[in-house]
Amino acid sequence: MTENQRLGIVVSGSLNKGVEVKLDSSASIEDMAVGRFVTIEGQKRRFFGMITDVSLGVTDQRLALTPPDVSDPFIAEVLAGTSTFGTLHVSPSLVIGGDAATMLEGPQPVKTIPSHFSAVKLATQEDVELVFGTEDEKRFFIGNPLDMEVKLCLDLEELVKRSNGIFGKSGTGKTFLTRILLIGMLQKSRAVNLVFDMHNEYGWAGTREGGPPVKALKQLFQSRVAVFTLDEENSRHRGVSTDGVVRIGHDEIEPEDIVLLRQTLNLTEPAVEAVYQVHRRYGKNWLQNTLDLDAEESKELLKELNIHDSTFQNLRRGLATIQRLPFIEPSPPTNAVKAILEHLDRGTNVVLEFGRYRDITAYILVANMLSRRIYAQYQSRMEKATAAAKDNLKPRPLVITIEEAHKFLNPEVAGQTIFGVIAREMRKYNVTLLVIDQRPSGIDSEVMSQLGTKITCLLDNERDIDSVLAGVSGRAELKSVLAKLAAKQQALIFGHAVPMPVAFQPREYGSAQSYREFTSAGKAEVEKDIEKLWD
Amino acid sequence: MAEIQRAGEVIEASTTDFTAQCYELYEIPPLGSLVKTKDLSVELYGIVYNAATTSLEPGRRPIARGKDEQSEEAIYRSSPQLLKLLKSEFGALVVGHKKDNKLYHYLPPKPARIHSFVYLCPPEEVKEFGQSFDFLNILINARLPVPTEELISASLRQMSQAHPDPRTFLVAAGKELAILLSGNLNQLKTILGRIRI
Repeated sequence: MTENQRLGIVVSGSLNKGVEVKLDSSASIEDMAVGRFVTIEGQKRRFFGMITDVSLGVTDQRLALTPPDVSDPFIAEVLAGTSTFGTLHVSPSLVIGGDAATMLEGPQPVKTIPSHFSAVKLATQEDVELVFGTEDEKRFFIGNPLDMEVKLCLDLEELVKRSNGIFGKSGTGKTFLTRILLIGMLQKSRAVNLVFDMHNEYGWAGTREGGPPVKALKQLFQSRVAVFTLDEENSRHRGVSTDGVVRIGHDEIEPEDIVLLRQTLNLTEPAVEAVYQVHRRYGKNWLQNTLDLDAEESKELLKELNIHDSTFQNLRRGLATIQRLPFIEPSPPTNAVKAILEHLDRGTNVVLEFGRYRDITAYILVANMLSRRIYAQYQSRMEKATAAAKDNLKPRPLVITIEEAHKFLNPEVAGQTIFGVIAREMRKYNVTLLVIDQRPSGIDSEVMSQLGTKITCLLDNERDIDSVLAGVSGRAELKSVLAKLAAKQQALIFGHAVPMPVAFQPREYGSAQSYREFTSAGKAEVEKDIEKLWD
Repeated sequence: MAEIQRAGEVIEASTTDFTAQCYELYEIPPLGSLVKTKDLSVELYGIVYNAATTSLEPGRRPIARGKDEQSEEAIYRSSPQLLKLLKSEFGALVVGHKKDNKLYHYLPPKPARIHSFVYLCPPEEVKEFGQSFDFLNILINARLPVPTEELISASLRQMSQAHPDPRTFLVAAGKELAILLSGNLNQLKTILGRIRI
């Protein structure tokens, strides 16, 4: 099949619901696939759209009731395309030619639909490149649209201006996709990344189902990535060369951190209230002081603060759990936040490995605490830069990558955690989020609505699908595309950074060749710069 | 066939069809074949839809003669007058015309003239005529003594023989029929069953 073959003609449709295309008899319905791109040659404009549904039609219902003898190839050939025919449902999303605006500014969103009987063709490579761009200094190749050889390129400078999300069931390739995106940001944008790496997947090496481990950021971009760890021993066992160990002092933990951990620490509502009271009473060293109290002292304290004894016991049990975390120390020798910030300022991406401390308590506590500090720093610097009206004082754009995001951003705590704030206030302070999650329905809808670009692998829970697609135009069509994604290595991207939703297959990651391609993309630019010097 | 074969002479004509008598007994063009006749400047095309061999005089019926004969041919040999007492006729449905060397797949302005010669169309002409399937509509809508399905399938079978690739021709014709007969599935099925290759 040649690429620019005519598929059929538009027979009906609406802007809201997309257009129906009757397939020509020469085009086999089995060659069509949901998610493929087509162009529609209207009388004045060219439309670019995606196949969102494929169906069969008959002109006469009786044909369906008494099927003809299709074992005879002659009869089958005659009926194909006439009495029995295939229809495509295409949702046009862009105008790629024909009017002044598209000539000057490139593809424009559709505001109308093609006229009756406009010819529909498969999109050519040029068409797709026109829409998704080609790989250049700003655009990063993330994969191929399904069933096409064309490269899908993302403008990463645009992408990091907003918070983004990567969703998908467990084992659908979220981690691989994230790694690709992180490399892209590292190469093609000014932004630096802070990755809270719960499963030790992004720093040195990552696991792969049924294969040897894959290289991660540090192995590929030695000089631009720093790995911090909470669990030095574990990192050493895995042969990771770390740039720093994170220790957290008792005095660094604040009541807000405890609030966030209410569920995981099994604290009651009054216990959480008590945290604030205790904090007011003791100040910075409240955690240490609370745990050090003996029976007498605690009795006095309870009386003074009017806290019930069982509430206090509940609180103490919770605090003891935190204290038992090995990376929590009364007075750590180094200031982790400062070290991490220094790296980020130099433009080094930071991956924080959690080692063996994979339980959610540690992850929430550390991620929330560090992010809050860093965000506060960014906020004050940004305000200073704005006040002085000097762009060069502005801190580098920062992307914070968090996994298991629904633990931080669920409706109950989204208002309290720093991540809720970052997601909402987003780019004002040059800090954005990259949210990775398998239960998007657990994330506060207000936060979801603020995510600029969403990439989603297969989801099969109805609520998850609904929450990911909330507010997107052409939701019903995207839903059918999303539900048909393969269980592995296929994803759907939509939102701010792409002109239209597109299902794609992420580029290869894990072979020696792929590593070369990733790393040489950066080198090629250097070489280009050197060449320029000679010109 | 270098010379165009003459099939007979018009003895009855109307706008929609004409009847021709064959010059020789039993030399009837096959059912569904394309024939043509002339009305001055206009050439009329017809498709043979019916044929009959009857007595020359309407009131005089033939009688059985073969009781003492060894073979059927022997009957005609011993009674040579039979060839003059019987006649073969065929009816053709007008399906198009040619004027100023241009083909039109619809009815001509005037019917054929009596005593016009009727010719069997040579393959090249059949091929040219078969480039458009507009004539199928006339066949479908005609009220004829023979079933329409039979006539359509016969004419398509005949026409396909003039084409180098009969199958492609029949598939294309079948598709046209599928559109024309979209409301009459049984008729479509019958015809397709009769033209399948």
